[in-house]
Amino acid sequence: MTTTSAYAVQTGQAAARATGLNKVYGEGETRVVALDNVSVVFPQGEFTAIMGPSGSGKSTLMHCMAGLDTVSSGSSMIGQTELVGLKDKQLTKLRRDHIGFIFQAFNLLPTLTALENITLPMDIAGRKVDKAWLDRVVDTVGLSGRLSHRPSQLSGGQQQRVACARALAGKPDIIFADEPTGNLDSRSGAEILSFLRNSVRELGQTVVMVTHDPVAASYADRVVFLADGRIVDELIAPTADSVLDRMRRFDAKGRTS
Amino acid sequence: MYRTALRNVLAHKGRLLMTALAILLGTAFVSATLVFSDTLGEAMKNSYAKSYTDVSVLVTDNSAGMRFGPRGRDDAGKSEKLTDATVREIAALPGADRARGVVSGFIGVADKKGNLIGEVWSALGSNYVPDATGKDSRYPLVDGHAPAGPKEVAIDRATADKGGYHVGDTIRIASNGPAMDAKLTGIVTTDDPQITSGGTLTLMDTASAQKLLLTPGQYSSISVLAKSGTSEPALLADVTKALPKGDNFHTETGQQLTDEQTKAIAAGTDGMKTMLLVFAIISLFVSIFIIANTFTMLVAQRTKELALLRAVGASRSQVTKSVLVEALALGIGASVTGLLAGVGIGAGMQSLIHATSAGMPTGPLVIAPTTVVVTLVVGVLVTVLSAVIPAVRASRIAPVAAMSSGDQPATQKSLVVRNVIGSVITVGGLGLVVMGAATKSSSGRVPVGFGVALAMIGIFVVLPLLSRPVIALVGPLMAKLAGTPGKLARRNAVRNPRRTAATAAALTIGLTLVTGLTVLGASITDMVDKAVTSSMKADYDITTATGGLTPELATAIGKAPGVAVASPVNKAYSEFNGHSHSVFGIDAAGFEQLVQPKMLSGSASALKQGQILVDDSMAKKENLAVGSTVKVSFPEHEGTITVGGVYEGNAMISEVVMANTDLAKHDSATYLSDVLVKGTDGASPALKQSIKDATGNNPVVQVKTKQDMRDEFNKIITFALNMMYGLLGMAVVIAVIGVINTLAMSVFERKREIGMLRAIGLDRRGIKRMVRLESVVISLFGAVIGVALGTFAAWAVNRTLTSSLPTLSTVIPYGQLLLFLALAGLVGLFAALWPARQASKLDILTSIKTD
Repeated sequence: MTTTSAYAVQTGQAAARATGLNKVYGEGETRVVALDNVSVVFPQGEFTAIMGPSGSGKSTLMHCMAGLDTVSSGSSMIGQTELVGLKDKQLTKLRRDHIGFIFQAFNLLPTLTALENITLPMDIAGRKVDKAWLDRVVDTVGLSGRLSHRPSQLSGGQQQRVACARALAGKPDIIFADEPTGNLDSRSGAEILSFLRNSVRELGQTVVMVTHDPVAASYADRVVFLADGRIVDELIAPTADSVLDRMRRFDAKGRTS
Repeated sequence: MYRTALRNVLAHKGRLLMTALAILLGTAFVSATLVFSDTLGEAMKNSYAKSYTDVSVLVTDNSAGMRFGPRGRDDAGKSEKLTDATVREIAALPGADRARGVVSGFIGVADKKGNLIGEVWSALGSNYVPDATGKDSRYPLVDGHAPAGPKEVAIDRATADKGGYHVGDTIRIASNGPAMDAKLTGIVTTDDPQITSGGTLTLMDTASAQKLLLTPGQYSSISVLAKSGTSEPALLADVTKALPKGDNFHTETGQQLTDEQTKAIAAGTDGMKTMLLVFAIISLFVSIFIIANTFTMLVAQRTKELALLRAVGASRSQVTKSVLVEALALGIGASVTGLLAGVGIGAGMQSLIHATSAGMPTGPLVIAPTTVVVTLVVGVLVTVLSAVIPAVRASRIAPVAAMSSGDQPATQKSLVVRNVIGSVITVGGLGLVVMGAATKSSSGRVPVGFGVALAMIGIFVVLPLLSRPVIALVGPLMAKLAGTPGKLARRNAVRNPRRTAATAAALTIGLTLVTGLTVLGASITDMVDKAVTSSMKADYDITTATGGLTPELATAIGKAPGVAVASPVNKAYSEFNGHSHSVFGIDAAGFEQLVQPKMLSGSASALKQGQILVDDSMAKKENLAVGSTVKVSFPEHEGTITVGGVYEGNAMISEVVMANTDLAKHDSATYLSDVLVKGTDGASPALKQSIKDATGNNPVVQVKTKQDMRDEFNKIITFALNMMYGLLGMAVVIAVIGVINTLAMSVFERKREIGMLRAIGLDRRGIKRMVRLESVVISLFGAVIGVALGTFAAWAVNRTLTSSLPTLSTVIPYGQLLLFLALAGLVGLFAALWPARQASKLDILTSIKTD
């Protein structure tokens, strides 16, 4: 597991790319290396899952690549834009115009209707909404009848579907999803994951999802495994079983080493 | 349980800071008021105590110095006087050590520009009584020598300093007669509090003072000092026997005088204390909303924690008590600090007053036990009582709420009941006001006052209901101007109507009072303006600061170069048809050039035919019209007089206008109040100087144009309004703290939302703008309601005044009211500075982290 180049192979144009990414917290005795020389490419039109045990750095990797967190060294790019060295203002604009987000919970503003929540990033940017695209997205997530509802009038699954629609509505270069099914029952979770997969297959979007659920990871085209801040493995066309199997090996290795 | 409560106070000290500040300011206002008025009262008492140290008994002649008796000038001089003989007789009494005849009256000193130094009411003239060594112990000389003869005076040092006068200078002095020049021979000091607090003192030798102020040989009062061993009451009895017959003499012991003065001072400071306390109470009332709001928000934020307490076995009353104990701790802490701050402010005000007006007496700080008790009790009570409703609400939290993972606070209780109750109270209050206003008389004041109070309470109750439609009005504008942050701000402002209402209510109170006063002030100013402009045609109105003018002075003014028409104005009360009415006497020849009331019927020239003019309200009261005759009483016989015209009444010209010649025929008790003058070339500095010269440059004579009269009146109104604004300022400051408090708490609660907004691309500026706009919207909401309510209240009050002030109509100073709204918006912007900064600085990752 010393060569990282295997994971940087380009299958198409890169939507996001990290090269030699390091993230260190604290100093001296309390120094913690969250990301250790990570290089990874998320190609366009691919659904990638990032997995790893707690504390492996999977969320940190996502935050750093999404411009939510700063890196200690290395390079992180969205499309052709280098994130490292950007000012807060430029980062905000980049997130607004090129990245979609789905969080585990609290994705929506309670004061806005579902539709208003979906178009929020465009409203903030002052961009015109692509009506045809919006209709298609709304159709895909199956929210047509509930667009004027407030989040408090929607179920958890419906709320998360609104969040998906919001992430898709702006046609971002890449969507980052942080444990999007963590707060949902299995049926709603499966629905969300299907939407994410469909958005990649049918709408041509790029999705990167952090999860610790092997079933969720099985919806992805590729799974990247992280441990102790390093990328340790990847699986192409994963199944829940193959992912679980790979995870077990981590556990075993973790216990024996 | 209580330990939990106290830990909560400490744990949330950041969030309680603003609330503590609100309580602190309110209590500081209360204690500062009490400390300041107690201290000032004590200092004045001490200072004035000096004035009677050498007086055991004081005999005063109440009629001395009055130019006219109660029934005209013939009465004067008929009664007995205090003379040198009386002084000698009293001094010879066995119990009397010495007696001093005192001459006192008004003597003003002009500065080098010819203006009066100091105020008219504190310009004192008196007599210098040299003893064997040529000195007067009451007025120690610091420079020069005692005045002697009619052309010599001594003045007090402060006055000499103000005028820039030195011994040997010629100074201009004025009494009720024409002004005169005198030689300044000496400068004295005195501990008379009237002088040390800013008055002026002019001394002449006894004979000259008597001639100028009274009649030769007469004294205004005699002060007697008892021999040691003689009691004041015993001396008083002896002195009373020695006095000439007459009911115009008044005798009092030194002790009585001191007591009276103490009482008068206490009444004065009590009045001031009460007024200040009213404003302090308003401030505290405003803080009630903030405290209640804070505890409501704290309880909502701690729902899970409180539910957990219930789940592990705490009873409802224990939960209620824990919240109340928290309030108690906060109340005690803030009130004690407020008390200390108030004492500091009181001390500061004391030195400020001492620094700005040197004459005011100062003394040691008085911190009465009542000050401490009242401040602490009021502060703690207000805090605890404000927390009662949130505390009860806290106890209603179900234990199961501890398990729920919902991010949103439980759905809010319906506002229906509250809205119904509020609407009923509001409508009832408004009904009472309209009813009271409809009476158009003073009897409507009670319903109006009660109705305004009721309407205010009702409005506060329905304020949450009003918040949505009122704020919706500005919605489109905000979305247009500020885009998404504007839209979000508007939604945030109405997402919790109770909280918005409580925050806005604090501002509403202040704005209601400020607006009410402003509209009243504008209405009254407008009334005076109209009276002056509509009825005065004269270029100058000449009055004296001391009161009336002498006929000689009036004649002299009429003869001044440049004067086209002049007429003295005599004021009197006469009986018409058996009822007393005020009369405005003027020369018939000059009437139409000098005064121009709006004639409703008849003609102003009827005055020349010996007829009278009456105003519309008098015509209505006495059922008069042009041609009616009125019974008038003359000294010798009853007669009648014909009404020649009816004019629209105004504040300047009262009920009846009569020619001076007619007025003199049947009434001698007139009062020459003004001389009206029209110049050949209108008002000009030359004419003004010419009039001044004709009066012998008397500093007491005031020559005023219409504009001067208006300005003078406006100055009084403006001063009163500014003082009220200043005192209401504290209530506004507390309201601002309330806005800061609500915003800070809201930002804290909406941390995750803000984090999410930042993540999906709203920049820091957008976040700041969102918080600021929410603040502006809430402030404007409170202000708009306050301005509307205040205007309405002022209108109602005006209506009840119309019986006594028929020309008073409500004037709405739109410019000023818009300014208030603009200021309220600015206040909102200011209040949001800190919370907006906090919100924009939130770290995205920590904010969106789910717990």
